[in-house]
Formats: sequence, C-alpha cells, structure tokens
Amino acid sequence: MRQVEVAIVGGGPAGLCAAISAASSGAHVLLMDRNKYLGGQLIKQTHMFFGSEKQYASTRGIDISEILLKQLDEYKDNIEILKDTTVLGLYEDGVISGISGDEYFKLKPDVTVVSTGASEKVLAFPGNDMPGIYGAGAAQTLMNVYGVKPGQKVLMVGAGNIGLIVSYQLMQAGVIVSGIIDAAPRIGGYLVHASKIRRMGVPILTGHTVKEAIGKDCLEKAVIWEVDEKYEGIEGTEKTFDVDVLCISVGLSPLVELLEQSGCEIKYIPELSGKVPVVDENHMTTKPFIYAAGDVSGVEEASSAMVEGYLAGLCAAKTAGFKHPQFDYLKEDYHKQIEALRAGPQGERIRRGIAKMKGGLR
Amino acid sequence: MRIEEHPVLTFDRSEKIKFTFEGREMYGYKGESVAAALHANDVKVLGHSLFKHRPRGIYCAIGNCSSCLMVVDGEPNVRTCVTDLKEGMKVELQKGKGEIR
Repeated sequence: MRQVEVAIVGGGPAGLCAAISAASSGAHVLLMDRNKYLGGQLIKQTHMFFGSEKQYASTRGIDISEILLKQLDEYKDNIEILKDTTVLGLYEDGVISGISGDEYFKLKPDVTVVSTGASEKVLAFPGNDMPGIYGAGAAQTLMNVYGVKPGQKVLMVGAGNIGLIVSYQLMQAGVIVSGIIDAAPRIGGYLVHASKIRRMGVPILTGHTVKEAIGKDCLEKAVIWEVDEKYEGIEGTEKTFDVDVLCISVGLSPLVELLEQSGCEIKYIPELSGKVPVVDENHMTTKPFIYAAGDVSGVEEASSAMVEGYLAGLCAAKTAGFKHPQFDYLKEDYHKQIEALRAGPQGERIRRGIAKMKGGLR
Repeated sequence: MRIEEHPVLTFDRSEKIKFTFEGREMYGYKGESVAAALHANDVKVLGHSLFKHRPRGIYCAIGNCSSCLMVVDGEPNVRTCVTDLKEGMKVELQKGKGEIR
C-alpha cells in the first residue's frame, strides 16, 4: 500500500490552505478532490469577501481561488494533486480507499486532513421535490460556473448571507427576484447585503415560510404563509408567487461521513449546523492522525475555512514529523485570526456551538 | 436560457457541442455539465422518483444529492450535474434503478 505523509481530502478553501501550510512545513502532501478542478465552492463566488486582509477581504471568491492555486504552485515539488478522485473510505487505522478516474486505490497516510465541506439542506413542504426547486448554491453554480439561468422568476427562501448574496447574483444574471422570505423574525445575513437588495426593490418578508409548491411537471407557483412564534403556519395569511424557481437557502450540513466512519468522536451541534467532529483548538479530531478543517468541522464562512485549513495543515505536518520553522508564531497568528472572525454578535452562535462541542455548555 | 451579458463574468462559448436527449438533437458548449446544457435547452425534468414516479430535476448541482441521475451513453445512474458534456453524447431518462451493463 502506498505511504503518504499528509493526505488532504477535499480541495476547497480549507483543503487548499491545509495543503499550502503542510507543504510549506516540509511535508509531502497528497491533495485529493472529487471534481475536475480545485477551489470547491469558491469558483462560483463572484462577490467580494468580508473578513480582514489576511483572508483576502474585498477580493472576489473566484479570484481568491486563483490566488490560492498560485500559492499551491509554489510548493508543487511537495504537493501531488489528484483531481477527479473520490475518497470512498477512511478507516479506523487511517487507511484511505478511493477511486481516481476509474481506478481504485488504497493509501496509508501518516496524517489526514478532512476538508470535505458541507451540502445544502432541504426544507420540508408539500411539493418540495419538484424540478424548479434548487438549493441556492445550485442556482449559483448554474449561473456563475455555466452561464445558465435557473429560470425567469425566483422566490428565495432564506435571508442568511447565502440567500441574500445569491439573490443579488440572480439579478446580475438578469433573473427577476420576486422576493426573499425567512421563517425567522429577523434577517440572518449582513444588513449591508439586505439593504442593497431592498434598494433594488426586492421585498424581504421575515416570519414567512413555504406552505406548498404548485406545478404539473415543474414549479409554477409557490404559496407562502406567515408563521407564529412556534414556526407553525397561520391559516389565512397565504400569499402566492408566480415563480418558476424556488431557491432553498436554509443552511448547510457538514459532510462528516468519512470522519464518522473513521471512528472520530462526532457530536450533534445545531449551532455548527449538524453532526460535527470533536476537534481541539488546532482542529485535531479525537484521533491524533486525523484533522478536520472548514465547513466539515462546523459551518462558517469561507474566510474561517481558510484559516482553519492553514492551522490544520501546519499542525498535521508537525504530527507527521515536519515542524515549520515559524510553527509557534504561525499557530498563534491563526488562532488570533479565527478568534477575530468569530468575534462580535455574528459569531455568537458559532462560539456557543464550539463551547458545546468542547463539552462545556449544554 | 443562457446568460448573454454579465457584469463580472464572461463565459467561453467558443466550442459548440452536439448531443441528444431522448433522441432529440441539442446543442451545448464545451465546459458545460450535461445537466447545465439540458437546462439551457429548457429540459428541467431529468428523471422520476423510484416509487411514486414524481419528476426530478437539479437540486444541488455539485454531485451531492443524486436528483439528476440519468443514462448517459448507455450507463445508468450518472450524476449529470458533474459530468462534462461531450460531442455526440447520448443522454436518456432513466427508468427505475437502471440496468448495469
């Protein structure tokens, strides 16, 4: 079986940064991604990022992906990239099995960083499986990667940052956004995004959810209604939107299957968006040879995924016997960056989730 | 329904690709996924659910959800949202679980 120093599963923002960080520490890295490209969901993010300069704030996601790929290229002697490669199993002893193109393989890495990201959640309502109903990220992929409009008129469900940003991008693509609804009493995303969208004439209805989707083969109408304090629909408050697209932006679920299989301790933490691995402050799981970084260890922003990736890559390399000459300085810097990203009221939920994950508050 | 003008992005449509869907000839462009090309041709129903035969379309577009499984060049259960469109491809609706060749 092939021996590898540091294996990284998933080449999105966290995985790319982990690869750069581990390789800069001197470890030989094998970076695997199931897609034919690296960058994960950065490749469809046409908006400029928040955060600070270190996380490429004010740069568009698509450009951040290019910046990271250039950095990766600087360490090309130390990084082997396997695209179109799906990791199928991560076993208790750390062995990885997968399929690269059409070929099955097995690996025995000294350390593995799992950065598999997250998948879009669905919302339960009658007709929710009808064509024309997409995850908001799917609409974004169709538009920004392939240049294809998801439809003519959209109702966006979810006023978090993804819902707000994708609504704006739909309008950039020439699609009409009829409205944005959210069951919560307040807008979840940044108000700067929400105000921009309201100025463009799109109503944002909080306290509303989808009652049902209507259509023969594809979506033709969406019926929404107001919800009470228990999030139950209120009869008589229905409104109908003639839309051919309903975008569901109600959060993401961490893709923890591989970590679960490996026997790492997993906890269900709603604040971190679902089942997540228990990790220490350096993103090491309960197995010392497995690290987790990015959305898989709790859904946050791409900026925190990148810093978590740098941190996990740095520490994974050390575990594999490659200590970066500036290890202590870098580690402290990454800790500070993560703390800054989670500061303030926006980070409150995440901080609460992490405290729960670490076994504190319940 | 392709985007013609975009304030941030440009789309490379230099290479046209011919394919068929249920025997009907259609066109897409190199770089598109099968599902995206079908969508651009206004094909939104990509299959039907196993038991209740309810129509299925794209949901996640990144290979997670299995809502876009189709028969491509005779192979069933192909995730068309992450499969590159190729010249002469034969794309068909899948019946049930599909037959493995």
